[in-house]
Amino acid sequence: MADILTSPHAGADVHHGKEIDYIEAKKGIWSWMSTVDHKRLGLMYFWAVVANFIVGGIFALLVRITLLTGNHGDNYFINAETYNRFFTLHGIVMVFLVIIPSVPAALGNFVLPLMLGAKDVAFPRMNLASFWIYIVGWTMAITAICLGMVDTGWTFYTPYSSTTNGPVSLMALAAFTLGFSSIFTGINFIATVHKLRAPGMGWFDMPLFVWSIYSTSLIQVLATPVVGITLVLLTIERAWGIGVFDASKGGDPVLFQHFFWFYSHPAVYIMILPGMAIISEIIPTFSAKTMFGYKAVAYSSVAIALIGFLVWGHHMFPSGQSQLASLVFSFLTFLVAIPSGIKVFNWLATMWRGNIAMDTPMVWAVSFLLLFTIGGLTGIFLGSLSTDIHLHDTYFVVAHFHYVMMGGTITAFLGGVHYWWPKMFGRMYNEGPAKIAAYLYFIGFNVLFLSQFVMGSNGMPRRYYNYLPEFQPWHIASTVGSWIIAAGLFLALGNLLASLRKPKDAPDNPWKGTTLEWQTQSPPIEHNFHDQPVLHRAPYDYRTPVSVDREIH
Amino acid sequence: MQQQFDASKLGMWLFLATEILLFGVLFVGFGLSQGRWPEEFKQAHHHLDRVLGAFNTVVLLFSSFTMVMAVNSASRSKRKATINYLIVTILCAIAFLVVKYFEYSHKIHEGLLPGQYFTYLASTDPMAKGNSVFFGFYFMMTGLHGFHIFAGVVVLCLLLKETIKGKYNAAYYTPVDLVGLYWHIVDLIWIYLFPLLYLIG
Amino acid sequence: MQATHHDSHHHQHHGEHAHHPHDGFKQYLAVLGALLVLTMITVGASYLDFGAANIVIAVLIATVKASLVALFFMHLKDDNPVNAMILVSCFLFLGLLLTFCLLDIDTRVDESPTGKTPISAQGPPSLGREQTSTDAAPKPRPGWIDTHGGGGHGDGSSAAPAPAGQPQHAPAH
Ligand code: HEM
Ligand SMILES: [Cu+2]
Repeated sequence: MADILTSPHAGADVHHGKEIDYIEAKKGIWSWMSTVDHKRLGLMYFWAVVANFIVGGIFALLVRITLLTGNHGDNYFINAETYNRFFTLHGIVMVFLVIIPSVPAALGNFVLPLMLGAKDVAFPRMNLASFWIYIVGWTMAITAICLGMVDTGWTFYTPYSSTTNGPVSLMALAAFTLGFSSIFTGINFIATVHKLRAPGMGWFDMPLFVWSIYSTSLIQVLATPVVGITLVLLTIERAWGIGVFDASKGGDPVLFQHFFWFYSHPAVYIMILPGMAIISEIIPTFSAKTMFGYKAVAYSSVAIALIGFLVWGHHMFPSGQSQLASLVFSFLTFLVAIPSGIKVFNWLATMWRGNIAMDTPMVWAVSFLLLFTIGGLTGIFLGSLSTDIHLHDTYFVVAHFHYVMMGGTITAFLGGVHYWWPKMFGRMYNEGPAKIAAYLYFIGFNVLFLSQFVMGSNGMPRRYYNYLPEFQPWHIASTVGSWIIAAGLFLALGNLLASLRKPKDAPDNPWKGTTLEWQTQSPPIEHNFHDQPVLHRAPYDYRTPVSVDREIH
Repeated sequence: MQQQFDASKLGMWLFLATEILLFGVLFVGFGLSQGRWPEEFKQAHHHLDRVLGAFNTVVLLFSSFTMVMAVNSASRSKRKATINYLIVTILCAIAFLVVKYFEYSHKIHEGLLPGQYFTYLASTDPMAKGNSVFFGFYFMMTGLHGFHIFAGVVVLCLLLKETIKGKYNAAYYTPVDLVGLYWHIVDLIWIYLFPLLYLIG
Repeated sequence: MQATHHDSHHHQHHGEHAHHPHDGFKQYLAVLGALLVLTMITVGASYLDFGAANIVIAVLIATVKASLVALFFMHLKDDNPVNAMILVSCFLFLGLLLTFCLLDIDTRVDESPTGKTPISAQGPPSLGREQTSTDAAPKPRPGWIDTHGGGGHGDGSSAAPAPAGQPQHAPAH
């Protein structure tokens, strides 16, 4: 694509075999542990996320197995306390160790500087530090698990969390530490976007992935400190009983919820915006069409980030929050659906009359569209004050947030992994199994969570160990769904891993993408590009036929 | 070079933003609790020594001045002056911590630690809860702030070492500038802490 | 583009120092003087009682001082405006947090059978202790919570982590 990239050597070396790539550039464990290369750090995050995903997934399967029956005697092999711990650990591992770092830290680290045509992020050493802070936080969390686990739910609500036994403080500090890791990553990305764009790349020439990650980073920087200090307060509350959140000592437990959700509602956008980022890349590429309404999509990312700060009270409708406040929060919640809707419509419009290729990444992207839309729409039900009084703390909420977090972010993440895999590892995976895995996942997902919508609207509360017999068929369906999804995920992982045994056969631009990361070798050389790339054309410009690009190449 | 300098500055500002929010949440919590326990907070704040507080304020403001002069000198390649200003800044920070130490030990002695250690008032006293919450915030906020001062001292000492080695000059003094920004933020937070805790309560 | 834009700022800024070595010192000294005077004013004002305005006055003076520090000591005056925006948006966000929390706390209504008054209308000093007495003797949960349809949803508290039996927040909130 020499007409995107004017640099004297572009393409010159590509035909004469591959150059030494970033994976082979240095050898030995130490070269990995001390690396400041954003690509290598991205890779390390990636494997950490995969490992944590397996751990969190095992807890999820255990929760589902427990719920196969609803009337456990005293000697059921998982007792009530253990069950509480399982769902807590599932939540904490998935939220803090998997979803939050998944797209930004793993894929973002890898792709963002490439997309900007930069050599690295703005602060490579800080990037390494974030990774090690993540590992420290991870170690603390795992230690807490080994020390006897935590049973507060991922939300750490007081007063339960300030009185229950178990290493809650350690877990809270682990979340604090992980928060700092994500803050540093956020700072790094913001500075990178501001300062290291390739010459000729204005703000509106950035790929939409970058816009979304940029918005995510803004939220990370502005919201994470709030939950950080709140968790510190919780820890101190447990250690010295200072009483800020304890009504019997003059504090206010609902204040904890305010502080927690001031972070955690924006945090759900920390989780979904990166998912949207990936989808905004995959859809134009596999529709071979310009992104419809580029600016609207770009601005909607920022709008989501900002409006997301105004709605946190919708998690607290029945908490004792004042009704006036609930009304205001309910109203504002409807606003946040608008930018999300804009995105969905723009993706659909991009696909419309496009030249759609249903390769594996696109299968994941289309799954995302379906699942995320269901998740987003049910969010509206929950955001309406009157319906939420009924649905709050039922399986309806559980299904809602799984549709957005797993159906949204994890689906997009898997799509992104399949999309950038050739770039990251230089190998093409086997399309057949990859697609089967994606379909299995989609089917399993709906079996697993659609049934939870039904249960929830019939009043099945979340986080309960025993339940009424009328819910059992739905629970069984749900558990079976979890097995299907697990099968799909293992197939996907196995298929990807199998490709690593092949020689590095991936072309530089297997999907005919237009963004800069496809303009360098797969896998990239250590410094990404031979020469500073200069951008002459807007992203997603498919007007020039690809074959012409090939010829010039 | 300029690019790198700007990027570092932007990064530093973003980091400072997280610091402000970190403290800000405590301010919000303090404000809300003050609205809830106005009498108690008023009573409790009389235990704070406003003379010592004012003294520490002056010390910090002065140290901010010497810090900015250190940056200024570094940007003009005046190594000697930079060193002197940095030393004064560090001495001010230490003076601040020493005063804080005396304040703390006095409070602890009086039984003003919050929560379960609050013994100044009998737990049956209707004012006890609000007082204890006040000291909960007092120790959290000044403690976190003191920790930042302490971290500042460490960083300033490192900076001093590098300056003595002659690492910084008009062409490159980014670290001095960044540490300066950090130091001013710590000062800025105290500018709010002092009147709210010591003067208004 | 942007980079060039603030490049010029910086060169100007540093150039200034190079040519007039004493300017910086005098200006900073003046700022320090202003800060000290303002400190004296806050301390002085705190000896007078303006009632509820006390806190407003204190915060206003502190904000003037903070602005001086930010503009001169932290060079925001002639720095890239993005940095100033970062600082200002922090304060906006904190304002947001405070406003919404106040919106909630100041308009909470006692839903218990004995009262429908806004809690804040019960007079500030009694507020806390009112609350305390409710803690000691928990009142029944507000009626509208019990309107849940389906079976087994008695526990209406938000995301209560354990199935049952854990402490609840003061219902009167
Ligand atoms: C159209 C956008 C959305 C709206 C209107 C919305 C609304 C809501 C509401 C009102 C609740 C509270 C339900 C309750 O507890 O009673 C909720 C819960 C939740 N939502 Fe959403 N949501 C939206 C999108 C998302 C997204 C994109 C994510 C994450 C990627 C997400 C994650 C969650 C989570 C994790 C919870 C449950 C938290 C908990 O209590 O454990 N939501 N949502
Ligand atoms: Cu929310």
